[in-house]
Amino acid sequence: MSDSRLDVRKTYKLLINGAFPRSESGRSYEVTTATGEFLANVAQGSRKDLRDAVAAARAAQAKWWGSTAYNRGQVIYRLAEMAESRRAELAEHVAFAEGLSAKKAQKSVSRAIDRMVWYAGWTDKIAQVFGGANPVAGPFFNFSLPTPSGVVAVIASQDSSLEGFVDEVLAPISAGNTVVVISSERRPTPSILLGEMTATSDFPAGVLNIVSGITAELAPTLASHEDVDGIDLAGVVGDEANELSITAAASIKRVFRPNENDTATTTRRLRAFIEISTVWHTIGQ
Amino acid sequence: MSKDDYGVKIPRASTVPSVGSEAQLRAHLAALSGVDAAGAEARAAKLATRSIKKSTKLAAIDLAISMVDLTTLEGADTPGRVSSLCAKALRPDPRDLTVPSVAAVCVYPDLVAHARSVLAASPVAVASVATAFPSGRASFNVKLLDVHEAVVAGANEIDMVIDRGAFLSGRLGQVFDEVVAVKEACGEAHLKVILETGELVTYDNVRRASWLAMLAGADFIKTSTGKVAVSATTPVALVMLEAVRDFAETTGRIVGVKVAGGIRNTKDAMKYLVLVNETVGSTWLTPDLFRFGASSLLNDLLMQRLKQRRGAYVRPDGFSGD
Amino acid sequence: MTEKKLANSQLGSLEYDPAPESASIARLKPSYGLFIGGSFSDPSKHEQFVTLNPANEEVLATVAQASAGDVDAAVAAARHAYETAWSKTTGAERSKYLFRIARLIQERARELAVVETLDNGKPIRESRDVDVPLAAAHFFYYAGWADKLDHAGFGADPRPIGVAGQIIPWNFPLLMAAWKLAPALAAGNTCVLKPAETTPLSALILAEILQQADLPPGVVNIVTGNGTTGAALVDHPGVDKIAFTGSTNVGRLIQQRVASSQKRLTLELGGKGANIVFEDAPIDEMIEGIIDGIFFNQGHVCCAGSRLLVQESIADEVLRRLVRRVEQLRVGDPMDKNTDVGAINSAAQLARIQELTAFGEREGATRYTSSCVLPEKGYWFAPTIFADVSQSHRIAREEIFGPVLSVLTFRTPEEAVAKANNTNYGLACGVWSEKGSRTLWVAQRLRAGVIWANTYNRFDPTSPFGGVRESGFGREGGRHGLEAYLNV
Repeated sequence: MSDSRLDVRKTYKLLINGAFPRSESGRSYEVTTATGEFLANVAQGSRKDLRDAVAAARAAQAKWWGSTAYNRGQVIYRLAEMAESRRAELAEHVAFAEGLSAKKAQKSVSRAIDRMVWYAGWTDKIAQVFGGANPVAGPFFNFSLPTPSGVVAVIASQDSSLEGFVDEVLAPISAGNTVVVISSERRPTPSILLGEMTATSDFPAGVLNIVSGITAELAPTLASHEDVDGIDLAGVVGDEANELSITAAASIKRVFRPNENDTATTTRRLRAFIEISTVWHTIGQ
Repeated sequence: MSKDDYGVKIPRASTVPSVGSEAQLRAHLAALSGVDAAGAEARAAKLATRSIKKSTKLAAIDLAISMVDLTTLEGADTPGRVSSLCAKALRPDPRDLTVPSVAAVCVYPDLVAHARSVLAASPVAVASVATAFPSGRASFNVKLLDVHEAVVAGANEIDMVIDRGAFLSGRLGQVFDEVVAVKEACGEAHLKVILETGELVTYDNVRRASWLAMLAGADFIKTSTGKVAVSATTPVALVMLEAVRDFAETTGRIVGVKVAGGIRNTKDAMKYLVLVNETVGSTWLTPDLFRFGASSLLNDLLMQRLKQRRGAYVRPDGFSGD
Repeated sequence: MTEKKLANSQLGSLEYDPAPESASIARLKPSYGLFIGGSFSDPSKHEQFVTLNPANEEVLATVAQASAGDVDAAVAAARHAYETAWSKTTGAERSKYLFRIARLIQERARELAVVETLDNGKPIRESRDVDVPLAAAHFFYYAGWADKLDHAGFGADPRPIGVAGQIIPWNFPLLMAAWKLAPALAAGNTCVLKPAETTPLSALILAEILQQADLPPGVVNIVTGNGTTGAALVDHPGVDKIAFTGSTNVGRLIQQRVASSQKRLTLELGGKGANIVFEDAPIDEMIEGIIDGIFFNQGHVCCAGSRLLVQESIADEVLRRLVRRVEQLRVGDPMDKNTDVGAINSAAQLARIQELTAFGEREGATRYTSSCVLPEKGYWFAPTIFADVSQSHRIAREEIFGPVLSVLTFRTPEEAVAKANNTNYGLACGVWSEKGSRTLWVAQRLRAGVIWANTYNRFDPTSPFGGVRESGFGREGGRHGLEAYLNV
């Protein structure tokens, strides 16, 4: 017997509405490791895939926000558990994608998993930390409740294939948004693996939708989509980011652009896709 | 819609629903819309900012004087005191005969005969509190006798108190039956039903008690005895005015409103007239349908009346202290 | 007493004599310059425009038209003040400046109310009882924040952004200036404020107040002018933050124009607020709330309850009472203390209201218009209700920004929420019911930044205000209002 068994390769597909379709376009593109070796043919998402993904996200949003904050925390924590149990595989792909040593890739995966835990713990704190009661001068009970913006588009970081991705999608998701994300164009496989894990993490279909493909081709579709409420431009810079910002303005989207001052503990990204809804109710006998 | 279609619409045929049982009454009152306290208070406060000036103010002052039930309800009341009150009621300002008489004098039952004899055939009515005023804490028979004696002594109007204890404990039928019986005992005399809103506390109770009294036959609903901590307030008056408006629109029967207690000056009186004006409208702007139960109010109305005419402030001692 | 005559009672038939506030209290000057660097100056290009009293079309004053050069000077003054004075002023000192400003507004309240009513056309009762007291309250509220920013929940030692460019609308001129300036100054920013073209005067009185308060020169600069002035401010590279209140169309343009810059942005835009009325609502207060919701400030309110969603079972009764109540509104001279509905702010706004209401009739809605007599001069529109309106009608979808209510019906709470949310806007909604659990159920599902339950059009400096979706982003008021002016 030889140990040079021919391995069974995996097809990397999209995640839309809890299912893993190939692109509607039928196309795929070649993804290589950081050192240039063939890694996989990854589904090349199309505008129609994005349309379906946004529709799925919209359909899932009310239910996701309608579930209890406790439950949302459980779901995200379950994802951390899944990631922990498949950390070797994640680390392997982070190493492929980012050209890291095995040890550095392991550390990156550890940080990413810890970040999932961080967000799992946020779900039921957001209302308390960002909401509040307001002492208005009159016979009214008045409270401000953070609510999700709705459907958030994420142009995932091109470099940070897992850590960045986790932050970018879980910040809005933990606040009750649903997400359509365009994964890193050259380094998509760690995010696709994570997407597969959501299938075993009680993530309701449509909460996280991942479309891999060519960023420049896909991003304008999300920026111009009227039923997208906010957009995180983590994976684009310079003129491309400016153009997308201008496009997003047509429907008054919330636009998040990372800046160098953002630290691991900043809540800026979390706050980016939260709306403060203030309810007044009269008080009287 | 033509302009005439706006305003309060009162059907020509009277169709007061019959209340056959306590359950029916309870269902009727439960079906009434709730009152949002903050909203009612805000509405009353907003109307209180109306600015009444010049000829409107002069007309409103005379109207208010004609709506006063000049009241003395003290343990120390004597025939002499009632005599001077009656004189004041007939001629509020002896120096100026254009000042109208007040609507009524309001006294305890034992002084009704005396008041009646002093007022003789004048248009000023004699009103008497009855039914164990102000607490209403006496047996039913005593209350009825109280009413009967006042009517026999010549009272044109009876101001009864409801049994607040019965109302608050849910014995609505008992309250209803008492009003019906008192109304019957009144005969020709008109019945004002005092809700004592300060003890009913909530606006929902005020609205329900208003309807209960009207369904039972009240000619007037009245806020207060003046003998508890909280007397008439503008939001309570607003809720009662809304009740008489809705009752008139539903049944065709027009019931009056009397506000009593704590109304001491012209500014207060103007606020109530604005409330009447903008809640139920012109039909109610008559002493037949709106009254002020007060004592010191009258002198302030007279002072303001003179000030409006003279253009200079006047001294209180220019008016009798009755 | 005799049997009552069964006449139909005319509401409000006790005719009130005119009770006009005196215009001389305004002490207006014939002309006003630009407020830059702590003093008034003539515009560099010597261009001016007039501001009218919309109630009689008379000229109130001549006002400077700021050029791009003037805006540049104002931004430079703000930058200089930021670097040399305001950023070196402690929170405690900033706090005292704001308290001073609040007090001065109270001291000059009557003057400000008269100026506001003359320039805007709103009833003096509203400028006196709402606009001016709330403006003062806003400064009082944020005064207390200036030295407590560490406790505002945005992390330790939050820093200001720098120079804020602020563009405000004509519907609440002084109040919107307070909403913009108070949090900006508390957080340590300096400001360039551009009042609306048709209502510049109260901001210029506020400039005098800032002088009386000894606010360091350049901390607040006020540039009057038209849209070109606003555009110059939006585009100015020296501005770090833009705050805009106005229409969604202009907001969209501003968002596009600042998209490629590092400028921070908050937008408070239009709305088409749904006022949802359930059959168990407290009916009398609800009728008042609907009236307040749409006729307050002539309906020139971004959060106006311009769509009434009424449960079918009480629709006829509600409409009957509303029509009766509309007929009772006192429309006319804004300076009369008893006026409920004043003048439309401008000829252009009147034309817009007329255009949209004409569509309402053409699309088949049933129109009820108050029979009030409108003054001959000035810009006026009688309070109007449209019944039998469908979701697809323009008057149910577009912001009219005038005294026009569209009435629609629903059958279930679910349907009410669906109809309320069926709009690109999301600023404010009302819910009327005596059933608390259902009210909260509805409130949870409404996509709106503000939800009033059993009340409408209430404002308070402690309560955050702002929209979702195309009604804008960012909040004004409350702790949340600080975020727009902090680098966090």
